[in-house]
Amino acid sequence: MSEMAAPLTPAQKSTDQFEIRDYLRLDLFPHFLCPGCGHGIALRALLWAIHDLDIEKDQLAVVSGIGCSGRLSAYIDANTFHTTHGRPLAFATGLKLARPDLHVIVITGDGDCLAIGGNHLIHAARRNLDITCIMLNNEVYGMTGGQVSPTTSLDRFTTTTPLGNQEPGFDACALATGAGATFVGREVTLQTTALKILMQEGIVHRGFSFVEVISDCTEIYGRKNDLGSSPEMVLSQKRSVLPKFDGSAVDKPFRAGNWDTGVLLRKERPEYYEAYRAHCHRVLGDGKSK
Amino acid sequence: MMSQIQSNIPQRQSLQGNQACALGAIAAGCRLFAGYPITPSSEIAERMSKELPRVDGVFVQMEDEIASMAAVLGASMGGVKSMTATSGPGFSLKQEHIGYGIQAEVPCVVINVMRGGPSTGMPTRPAQGDVMQSRWGTHGDHPAIVLTPSSVQEIYTQTITAFNFSEIYRIPVVVLYDEAIGHLVDTVDLPNPESIKINNRKWADGPAEDYEPYAPDADGIPPMPLPGDGYRTHTTGLTHLESGFPTQVPEEVTRVTSRLLNKIELHRDAIEQYELSCCDDADILVVAFGITARASERAVNNARAGGIKAGLLRLVTLWPFPERILQQLVERASHVLVPEMNAGQLILEVERLCPDSTPVSGVNKFDGDPIHPDEILAKIEELADE
Repeated sequence: MSEMAAPLTPAQKSTDQFEIRDYLRLDLFPHFLCPGCGHGIALRALLWAIHDLDIEKDQLAVVSGIGCSGRLSAYIDANTFHTTHGRPLAFATGLKLARPDLHVIVITGDGDCLAIGGNHLIHAARRNLDITCIMLNNEVYGMTGGQVSPTTSLDRFTTTTPLGNQEPGFDACALATGAGATFVGREVTLQTTALKILMQEGIVHRGFSFVEVISDCTEIYGRKNDLGSSPEMVLSQKRSVLPKFDGSAVDKPFRAGNWDTGVLLRKERPEYYEAYRAHCHRVLGDGKSK
Repeated sequence: MMSQIQSNIPQRQSLQGNQACALGAIAAGCRLFAGYPITPSSEIAERMSKELPRVDGVFVQMEDEIASMAAVLGASMGGVKSMTATSGPGFSLKQEHIGYGIQAEVPCVVINVMRGGPSTGMPTRPAQGDVMQSRWGTHGDHPAIVLTPSSVQEIYTQTITAFNFSEIYRIPVVVLYDEAIGHLVDTVDLPNPESIKINNRKWADGPAEDYEPYAPDADGIPPMPLPGDGYRTHTTGLTHLESGFPTQVPEEVTRVTSRLLNKIELHRDAIEQYELSCCDDADILVVAFGITARASERAVNNARAGGIKAGLLRLVTLWPFPERILQQLVERASHVLVPEMNAGQLILEVERLCPDSTPVSGVNKFDGDPIHPDEILAKIEELADE
C-alpha cells in the first residue's frame, strides 16, 4: 500500500487570480449548470484553493455523488469519480484507505449528503479519515426538478411542498460537528475569496473536514419562491451571514438570517489511516505492518 | 509480505469454509476488505480483520452494507484488490453498487453466503435462493460472473479464481455458496504461494494524450488507469463513451453497452467451469451446484450401485451458465433432474436449454435443511421406473 500523503502546508501564496482553464476539462464545455447557479462559483473557489495549495492534479482525486453537485467532478482535470446517489463519502473512504497518497475531495449536495447519504456523513466524521467534504447547499433537489430537501427553509415552495415546507431542516455544520468532524466551516458563494480560503483550510486539515457552501438555485428554487434573480439571491444570502472565526460550537438556530460562516470548528484528533497503521505496527511489531 | 503470512500457515489445515475464503482472498492479493456484520458470513470479515494488517492491507467495518460495497469499489478504482462478504439482506443492499462496478468496470469480489429468505428469513440456515438474484439482482441489462464452490477446499480456490476473473475481465465477481459449506469445517490443502496462479488487471501504460479509459483491446477489455499515473480519467455510472464521459446518443449507447454485454460472452470458454461424474452413458442427468451437488454425487453413486445409469453435471461457474456442456449431455439423457435448495430457480435455466422432448424435474427444498442424498436418490429411482 502507498504511503500517506505528506501534510500540506497552509498556502504560502494567496493569489488574486489564477488560470482556471489549467484545472478544467475544457472539451466538456459549455457546462450544464443553469445561468445564475452558485455551483460554478463554488467550483471556481475549489480549483483556486487547489491551485494555491500547489496540489498536483495527478495526486488529486475528486469524488462526487448524484445531483447537480455530482456533475461537477467531470469538469475537473484530475482523477474524478462520479459515483452513486448519497455514497461519495463511502467510495472516498475506500479510495483514501487504499491510496492514502492521494488528496481526496468529495463534492456533494444537501440531498446527496444529508438525506440518502446522511449515514455516510456521520460515520466519515466519526472516523476522521483525511477527506475533505464540500457540501453545496442550495436547499433543493435541482437535478430532479425541484423537490424539498433536508435543508429547505420553512414555508418555502418546492414541487413536493406545494403548500409550503413544514419540515424542520438540518443544520449540516452542527450535524458534522456532533458526529465528530475535526474541521467544520461554512461560507456563501458571494464571498468567493473567503470561500477559497475556507476550502484551503479544510483541505490542509489532517482529518475529516466539512465545508458547507451556501449556494443558490436561481432557476428552480429561486423562481418558485420569488427570491429574485441570482444577484439578488446571493446578496440576500450575504446579508444573512454572521461571520465567525474559529469558534468551537454552532449555537445559533439555523436559517432566517442566522448563518454562522467561517471556520466554525477546528480540533485535533488522530487521523484514521495513520492511527490504524500505527496501531497495527504497535501490536504486531516490525515487519508485520508499516 | 504475502509469502510471510503464507509460510506461517501449514500446508494442510483444518478450516471453516468462511475462513478458507478469507485465506484465499489474501493469497489472491486482496489488500482491502470493507464489510458489515451479517450471519452467516461474518467469519470472513473477522478473519480478514486479523490477516490484512499482517500483509500491509486495510480492514474497515463500514456503517452499512451499501457503504462497504462502495468502499470496495473506491479501493479498486485506486488500484488495490478488494472484497466484501455478505448474505441475503446485505446482498440485496449491495445490488446498486454491483451495477456500478459492472458499468464502470471495476474489478472486485463479492462473497454471498446464502441463507434462507426472503427478507430476514432464516439467518443461520442454508439455502440456495439467490441463483437468479446473483445473475439479475442489479437493474438494467448487464453481464455477470458467479462462481459456486461446493467444498471448503473449493471456497479457497474459487475465491482466488474470482479475483483472477475480476481482474482479467474488469467486473465484480460473485462467489455464491450456502451457510452449510460456509460453516463446514474440513481439511484444506493450501498450495505453496508460488504455485498459485494470480492474474492482475491490465494497466494503462501508453501516452496519456492518446489514452481512452474505455477503449477496449482486442479482447474486449480496456486497460485500467491507475490514479497518480498521469491519466486523470473520469469514472461514472452513467452510460459512457470510450473517453469515460457520458453519452445518450442512441448509436453510441448501443456500441458501448453491446461491448459491455459481450465482453463476458466473448470469454465464456475460459470462464465456464464444471465437473462431470458418470456422465458418459447417463440416462438420468443430475444438474446441481454447491452443497446440493455433494448430496447429488452421493445419490448418483448409490443409483449406479443399484444399476441406474445416472450422472452428475456439477456447476462451478453458475453464470455464465455452462450451456454447451448441458446441451451435449442432454442429447443422450432421457431425464434431467435439478435438485436445489429453493423453490425452483436453476431449473428455469436448465429447462430453457433442454429440448422439449427431454423432461426436466426438480427436487426442491426451502425449509432450512440441506437436501439429503436419499431424497435425490428417491427421485432418480422414480424417474428410472418411468
